[in-house]
Amino acid sequence: MLTKPDIEESGEGAAGDVGEALVEASGLEVHFGLRGGLLGRFSGRAAGAVRAVDGIDLTLRKGEVLGLVGESGSGKTTLGRTLIGLTKATAGTVRYRGQDITALGERGLRPLRRRLQMVFQDPHASLNPAMDIRTAVGHPLRIHQLVADEQEYEARVVDALERVGLTPPERYLGKFPGDLSGGQKQRAVLARAIIAEPELLVADEPISMLDMSVRAKILQLMLDLKRDLDLTYVYVTHDLASAKFFCDTIAIMYLGRIVEYGPTAEVFANPQHPYTEALLAAIPEPDPERALPRELPRGEIPDAARPPMGCAFHPRCPVAVEACGWEARDLRTLLENRWLELAPEAATREKSLFADVESLAVDGLSTVAIAPGRGHSPEDVLEYLRHLREEASQAEPREPFWRGVVSMHAESGRAVVEFAPPRDPRLSLIPATGVQVACHLREPVGSTTGT
Amino acid sequence: MTEPVLSVRDLRVWYGTDRGPVRAVDGVTFDVRPGETLGLVGESGCGKSTLGRGVLGLTPPAAAVDGEVVLRSPGGAGRNLVGLPAKEIQRLRGPELGLIFQEPMTRLNPLMRISQHFEEALRAHHKGLPKQEIKARALAALRGMGIPESRYGSYPHEFSGGMRQRIMIALALVLRPAFIVADEPTTALDVLVEAQIIKILADLRKNFDTSLVLITHNLGIVAEACDRVAVMYAGHIVEQGDAREVFANPQHPYTRELLRSTISLSTTGLHFIPGSPPDLVEPPQGCRFHPRCPVAMRGCATVEPPEVVLPTGVVSACWQQAIEADPALADELGPGGREPLAAVKEISVADEA
Repeated sequence: MLTKPDIEESGEGAAGDVGEALVEASGLEVHFGLRGGLLGRFSGRAAGAVRAVDGIDLTLRKGEVLGLVGESGSGKTTLGRTLIGLTKATAGTVRYRGQDITALGERGLRPLRRRLQMVFQDPHASLNPAMDIRTAVGHPLRIHQLVADEQEYEARVVDALERVGLTPPERYLGKFPGDLSGGQKQRAVLARAIIAEPELLVADEPISMLDMSVRAKILQLMLDLKRDLDLTYVYVTHDLASAKFFCDTIAIMYLGRIVEYGPTAEVFANPQHPYTEALLAAIPEPDPERALPRELPRGEIPDAARPPMGCAFHPRCPVAVEACGWEARDLRTLLENRWLELAPEAATREKSLFADVESLAVDGLSTVAIAPGRGHSPEDVLEYLRHLREEASQAEPREPFWRGVVSMHAESGRAVVEFAPPRDPRLSLIPATGVQVACHLREPVGSTTGT
Repeated sequence: MTEPVLSVRDLRVWYGTDRGPVRAVDGVTFDVRPGETLGLVGESGCGKSTLGRGVLGLTPPAAAVDGEVVLRSPGGAGRNLVGLPAKEIQRLRGPELGLIFQEPMTRLNPLMRISQHFEEALRAHHKGLPKQEIKARALAALRGMGIPESRYGSYPHEFSGGMRQRIMIALALVLRPAFIVADEPTTALDVLVEAQIIKILADLRKNFDTSLVLITHNLGIVAEACDRVAVMYAGHIVEQGDAREVFANPQHPYTRELLRSTISLSTTGLHFIPGSPPDLVEPPQGCRFHPRCPVAMRGCATVEPPEVVLPTGVVSACWQQAIEADPALADELGPGGREPLAAVKEISVADEA
């Protein structure tokens, strides 16, 4: 029961390519309204929205394994749930076999639910502790009234348990989730997911809560189930290594958008988006010959309620260009990072040039007027900023921030910094690869998408 | 060679249960030198965390601890932490011993500002430290972790996961301990943030003389951040040595299987170790790994393997290497002891972790 033949080689991947479109998402958006403060609650006005999924187009073919990969907060789970109607889309459509499921109510979705199943991340939390395995695994049969009598019910449950390797089934039927190990629970969860004969399974981090030695077993089981039951998978994960092995197609997500989308082999062999490149370089590998890169992207994934302008990745991107969406917030980050590295006295001295650095923290400022600190003139501030730019032009690696600054001048007692107008990168196809990428650096020459 | 900061000799930590003692750590020996990072790896339930706690004297009162944990202060004489009164150990925590927990989300008090966390830690261990000094030391530690001064008065919820973990590390470092245990410090973090934290930990040994025991189930992290590695199985250390050497030429079958079953970017086929780590109330006779071992011999099921120091300096506790190093040892396995061990029973999902 050790290594089984590599599924990808055995032609299953190719079968996925020729399959018909099973699920098609177009212009899909899921925005969650924020409740806001007390006043907002009284006036009924939302304080803003978290754009969990922000304009997604994708096509899932029958038999395909699609990986949705990204960090926490990238919207991958929300997208996975929306694709099977578990979360309501706020705009756009999801078509399952041509039928728009975003328009359906709960009653309309019911019959589809048995064809569209979900496996959740935490097997300990997705089984009712008071329900024995017989009841839990067979639950979908009752809900969808798929069996005529108890005998058939029992037979179907036994069959499902056998399929997921919980053998002999009699040993597990009467057990409660508390009696099972993590791997066994996830097997039971998979049995419940397949018992109603679904067509599509969305698996949300199905192995991340499991011990290392069990992960490979559960992945192998999922591959076996796919082969035996002709399933299509959406595999939601932050783990690139398992996605590389498991998926035919991969969509790298960042802050609600897909930044790179294409055949897995192609994406891994030749990552196009700087974010994909960074993710791949950051995976610690048990290979002593391979070290982490010296330069990692700075910071963390930003707040989706206040996304950066332009390309959402630009504040962390080492190769960002002029049009990537530079704004006042980036200047604040730059200054804070500089002051962190200076001696405290020097940092305090430089800080005193500014009346209020926090005023730069407002989002969406493409032009910012900086008030100089007490006893300083706008010229002092400008001179300081020019000095920083000069310094940066000689340092390696080049600080991309300054590429976005188009002008710095004094105006009515303020130092005004103007940034290049932001442009949203759109997914565009890289010829001959089948990979789509949303990055200004990879846009076809002469393209003028969006302003 | 410099003297180790920490020498652990034959450490045992047993928990009492209704069915008998759980031998979570059962005779473990290792050294940590100044500025060195030792990675502790193994599956869940192999005793990694218990070992980490045992070294720091943080085992629950009901646990029995036996053996030696000798901590040497620079220039000072060593003292055995096992059996030391709780009060004495408490005094060593902070200035000598530090712990970085997993799940940074839950380890900071949500009702306390970051400044208060630092004040509390510094006051507890350095009575009468002036306020200015507390702030200066806290800010220096935070700056080292890339947290700007302006966030000193913020509450934990205002920080992201990665920042919280960096604050936790700063909190451990502000007391300048000579020795730190980091228990799965990156488990709850994203790939890029995890890489940032690994870098910080890797830089620790360069910038400070802090010695670190890094407990993790992620072999990639060990390869990245550790000088040496100890592989734990069922309460024993089965292999330890230079991290590069162990990963390049794993000796113990458990290390080999663990490396093979890790899903990495170079994975082309799925491989896994059948079964799961044994119940530590009744661990298997002989070599504890023999029921899952692909190269087990008959003798492995009855006689415990000796530790063998290989020419590379790697120590492995496996009969295969022992007999290779000294063929005379084969006699200990008895007649027919070197015959391959026929699979005693089919290991099924029933035993899965």
